[in-house]
Parts: sequence; C-alpha cells; structure tokens
Amino acid sequence: MARPRTPGGVRRALTFWRRSVQARVVASTLVLSAVVITAVGWFLLQQTRDGLLSNRVDAVVTEAAGETNEAELRLEATLRTEVDITRQIQDLARPIIARGETRGFSVVLAGPVDDEVPLTGGNADSSAGLDLSSVPVTLEQRLEEPGATPAWTYTSILTRGADGAGTPTRTPGIVVGSPIRLPADGRTYALYLLFPLDEQAETLDLVTRALLTAAVLLLVLVAGITWLVTRQVVTPVRMARQVAERLAAGKLTERLRVTGEDDLARLAMSFNQMATNLQRQIRQLEELSRVQRRFVSDVSHELRTPLTTVRMAVDVLHDARATFDPVTGRAAELLQHELDRFETLLGDLLEISRFDAGAAQLDLDDVNLADVVRRVVESTRPLADQRGVSILIEDGGQPCLAEADVRRVERIVRNLVTNAIDHADPAHDPSIVVRLGASATASAIAVRDYGVGLQPGESAMVFNRFWRADPARARTSGGTGLGLAIAVEDTHLHGGWLQAWGRPGEGAQFRLTLPRTSAVPLRRSPLTLEPDDVRPARGSEPVR
Amino acid sequence: MTEPSNDLATNGRVLVVDDDAALAEMLSIVLRQEGFDSFTVARGDLALAALRDYKPDVVLLDLMLPGRDGIDVCKEIRAESGIPIVMLTAKGDTVDIVVGLESGADDYVVKPFKPKELVARIRARVRRKDAAAPEHAETIDVGDLVIDVAGHSVSRLGEPIGLTPLEFDLLLCLARKPWQVFTREMLLESVWGYRHAADTRLVNVHVQRLRSKVEHDPEHPEIVLTVRGVGYKAGKV
Repeated sequence: MARPRTPGGVRRALTFWRRSVQARVVASTLVLSAVVITAVGWFLLQQTRDGLLSNRVDAVVTEAAGETNEAELRLEATLRTEVDITRQIQDLARPIIARGETRGFSVVLAGPVDDEVPLTGGNADSSAGLDLSSVPVTLEQRLEEPGATPAWTYTSILTRGADGAGTPTRTPGIVVGSPIRLPADGRTYALYLLFPLDEQAETLDLVTRALLTAAVLLLVLVAGITWLVTRQVVTPVRMARQVAERLAAGKLTERLRVTGEDDLARLAMSFNQMATNLQRQIRQLEELSRVQRRFVSDVSHELRTPLTTVRMAVDVLHDARATFDPVTGRAAELLQHELDRFETLLGDLLEISRFDAGAAQLDLDDVNLADVVRRVVESTRPLADQRGVSILIEDGGQPCLAEADVRRVERIVRNLVTNAIDHADPAHDPSIVVRLGASATASAIAVRDYGVGLQPGESAMVFNRFWRADPARARTSGGTGLGLAIAVEDTHLHGGWLQAWGRPGEGAQFRLTLPRTSAVPLRRSPLTLEPDDVRPARGSEPVR
Repeated sequence: MTEPSNDLATNGRVLVVDDDAALAEMLSIVLRQEGFDSFTVARGDLALAALRDYKPDVVLLDLMLPGRDGIDVCKEIRAESGIPIVMLTAKGDTVDIVVGLESGADDYVVKPFKPKELVARIRARVRRKDAAAPEHAETIDVGDLVIDVAGHSVSRLGEPIGLTPLEFDLLLCLARKPWQVFTREMLLESVWGYRHAADTRLVNVHVQRLRSKVEHDPEHPEIVLTVRGVGYKAGKV
C-alpha cells in the first residue's frame, strides 16, 4: 500500500473535507453561485457596454456628419474668393480644429487620398498633440477607395502634451472618417474626427466595480446562508452520531435532546425510541444471561453437595469391599467407577454451560507450551502405557510461548492427547507424535495419531457436543463426549484455532494455534494442518 | 491458638460447619475412620460459639450457610483465632475461591471432593502439631523481624506480630533459606503439603495477607520479595 506522502497540513485539510458535509455543501454552493454570478455579471456588463457605445456612436456619427456638412458648405462659400490650396485647406481645418478643442474631439485632415501617401507622412493638418497613428490604417485605406462614404471605427487615441513632448496618453475612442472634396484642386481629402470615449469608459468602470462588489457581497451572503442552513441540519446529525457512538460504547442511557416538532426533532425521537428498544432488549438478554448463570451456579451447588456425600459413601463402601461377598463387592466397584464417570460428565456439563452463559474468564499469563505438553504427556503416560501407546514430543528446542490461561491450555492439550490415545491403533502403529511450532505471532501444537482416521467431512464434526465417529463403536476411555467441544470453546476464548485433519486409515491430526499475544489476531499457524508424512491426496479438505 | 487436644487417641479435632445433614454425617464417618474427632454445626451463626466451646484443630467451613454466610463466618473466626480453616465450596469459579481465601481461609476443597483429598488437606493443616518441638530455642532474623521458631511467634523490636500458623509457616519457609527463590509450586508443596501442582492463587493470596501484617509498606515489600516470573524470596537480614 505505497501511497504518495502528503504533507500533514494537506492531509488534515483533506480529512476535514472528507469528514465535513458542511464544508462540502458550502464549498459546492460557493462554486456554483460564483459561476452563475460571473455569467450574469459578464452578460450585464456586455449589455451596458454595447448600449453605451451604440448611443455614443450614433451621436458621434451625427456630429461628424454635421461637421462635414458644415465644412463642405463653408468650402462652397469660400470657393470663389480663394483659390490657393494651402489656404483653402487651412480655412477648412482651422474652424473644425478650434471647435474640436472646445467640444473635446480631435481632428485630422489628411492630404489628397489618391496621393497614396500614408497619413504619418506629414501631409496632414491635425489638432495639437494628437499622434497621427491614432487613425487606424484600415480606415485610412477605406477612405482611399474611390467613391468612399463616411465610415467609423473604434481606436485608441494617442495624445502628447501640446508641445509634442512628454509621454503619450492612450484613451479609447471612436474615429469617424469622411471624404471631403476640395473645390480648389478638385481632389478628395479625408477628414478624421476622433472622439474620446473617456466618459463611457468611466461609466463602464463604475458599473464593473459595482457589479464586482455586488458579486462578492452576494457570494459572502450565499456562503453564510448555506453555512447556517447546513449547520442547522448537520448539528443534530453530529449530535446523533456522538450519542450513537456512546450507545455503541455501552452507555445505554444516552439520549438525544428533542426540541421542536420538525423533521430533525422527529428523527431524534425515532432515534431515542430505537435506543430505548435496544436498551430494553439488551437488559432482557443480560437478565436472561444472569438468570442462566445463576441457574448454572445453583445447579452446581445443589448437585455437588449430594454428589459429595455419595462420593464419600461410595469410597467407604469401596474401601470395605474385601469384606463383602463377591457380588456386592463387584457392585461397589462398579458404583465407584461409574460415579467417577458421572462426576467427570457433570464437571464437563457445568463447564460447557459456563461457556454458553459467557461466564468463562481468562487468566492470562506467558505460557511455554512446551512445558504444558511435557506435563500433559507425563500425566497421561499411565493411560498410554495401559493402551500400549507411545507418545513422542517433537519440539524445535526453542520455547513455544503464548499469552494464555495455563489451566485452560493444559486442559485443551490433555483433551487432544487423551483423544489421540483413544483413537490410536496399537496393532497397526502405536505411536502418537506431539509437534510444537512457534513463529513471531503464533504458537502451535499438533497432535498426530495413526489410528482409524476420519471420514471426509468428519473433521468439522469432531468438535460437536456428544459427537461419535461411529455410534456403534464402544467408547473405550470413558470420555464424556464433551472434551473436544470444551477444548474448542477454550481455544476460541484465547482467540486461537483448533482444527482437525484426518483420512480413513491414515490417522488424524489435531492442531491448536494460539496467538503470541492476545491483542494480535491470528493470521497463520506455524505448523501445517495436514501432516508432512502423508502423500497429498486429490480432493483433500482445504487446509489453511 | 487452640490448646492441644485433650484426647491423645485422636489425630485431631475437626469442627465441621455445614448445613447439609447427610454430608455432615458422612464427613464425621470418614473423619472418624481416619482417626479424627469431629463436631458438626449446621448454622453459620453458631460456628463461633462452637469454636470457643469445642476448641478444634481445624475448621471445615461450607461457604453457603444459613444463619450467616461462610465468608462472614471465616472473617469472624480470623478476627479472634489463627486456627486453620479449610473451605468447602461448591463453586469452582475463580471469584468465590479468591474471596474465600482473602477472607482468611488457609486452603479450599471443591465439591465433589474425594475423601482422601479432604483428609490430606486436613492432615496438612494439623501436621505441624505432631511435629516435635525443637530442643533448643532457635531464632531467625529476617529484615527487622525476629522469628522464634520454637515459640511459633514473630516479633518486631520486641512487639509480637500475630500470624496464623499458615502465615508463620510461609514466612519461616522463606526465611530459613534467604538465598533461595521459591517458586509457587515449591511453596505449595512445603507449606500446604500439595504433592502435585495445585492452585497457585493460594500462594498469591497468602503472600498478600502475610505482607499486610509484616511489611511497613505492603506496596513496597522488604520482607517477602517478589521475583518476577519465578516466585518469592525472603528479604535481606
């Protein structure tokens, strides 16, 4: 699981993002509103600009037409009195320039259009300080065409100080070009009037600023509203989460506070209802379990006291059996023997019911399984000798540690070993092998016998209570039929595994695996469930 | 301490406190066979009077009793006498046994027990009485304690400390070999007389009780030291 490392701050932010519905809702609302507001603002701005400009263009074109007309009229009037071209041009340009200065527009009168001399060639009269490059070349070319009509276009007006020095200032503007026919030489001149759009630009700036301010305020408002609304929804949810967590932790009396009658209040009410029902159910189960435990304890006491009396009476009879006649003596022997069985069975039953009631408790300690195995093998040796069975311990020499309840583990191992002794076949192979294995996380014991083995599918059933491999077969060891069931309960109490392997005619192996420490769950066992000394079979049962 | 038994023909006197008439009678039969004299009380609240009256060597005490709970009876007896107490309990559960031991019982047997097992427990408790007193006065020092072996008493700076015979045996066992670490199993064998492995909680509980009497600060023992993972040993002289 190699994931790219992210800095702590980023990771915290991402975690916050993943965990907080509120943050996500607020953020997505903000993004959406920003998109909509931008679109609307852009559209409004566009409309305003277009309106402003088209008004201005109309006015400018009308004014330019007026100026041109007036100039033409004036030229007609001076036609007869003046024939000098330069004078005539000056007469034409000056009044317009003068009026331009007072009315705020600039004027360029360019030399005859069929000269094909560019405007900047110096052959032009213009308002003071106006840079001639303010007139776009496209407009110039358009007026150079024969029979051209007045035309306008947008431009940026470049002006310098009155003396032509200083840094040029650039303002947006409209330039209107009109062809004028000069009567003196009969050639067409181009008259350009340049109107600045200062006012419109200012208005537009104003509108833009207003729109921007409005947008920001609107976004803040939207964010605030979303935050408030989600908070109203999320806060009860968060409280419900906290209460649910506390309920889960076992504090069954925790409840949500219900205020009002809205949906959230009803959610809280339903939640509380659920908690109350849960609490009642759990109380009931606890009560049942308590009654069960109490019953087991009572049965235990009530049965054990008379059993003790019987036990002692039987022992007295048994000790005195030599003085009885043979029949009574044998009866005393049988009584003694069966009472032992009865006691073991009662003990096992009580143990099982203690597991069922959940009353079994672990008394954990560091246990060396090798010691346990040696103790058990030592204590079962009389039984093994009696059956003609030999027990071999194979340990790797290293300690085989587990955090376990030594009493229970010893009981498990004793159950496994006596079970193996019971099922070993002295006529065929009288040996039993107890193997030990350890890894960093687990320790295991495997008990192998070479007896009749298990039929397919039986390896899961051997742990059932009172299960018998062959109902017709006599029980030989006087086991209660609960031994392996208790062993499996003991194992589960430790968080361990108890598994069986077996094959007809090849014997069986029981493997106990315990975690090294109770906190770490088991992953795999240090020993294989299927013994190494058997050939792998087709269709063998799955082996973990 | 009780007086030595007047009846030298018996191995000892046993007070049986049990409400089950059949069991109590059976117990007296078995005890008589084994050479013990016995007296039976059926109610918990009569136990203390019987103890004063009968002066037994050992008390066999059932934990579930009418009149007064066995645990309370145990505490009452302990309050005035160090007489050995063996609990009879029907519950093999951890808690009951530990509570019983903590209230002052020396040992316990879980029902149903074999008569031989019970007799072995009783013998182990009265055994010390049969042991001949040592000829010469022997004293052992452990920490600032002085153990008078013959007098069965322990004192600190001349002040006697009241220990039950079992606690005395436990302390003496440790103090006799201060260089040796005793495992719980070794102590069970030499103090309680168990031949094979038994419940090591017996040792834990009694070491706690002993410490609460002889240590200046039971949280930081100086007389009975714990050797982690092994057992106990006596502190420096």
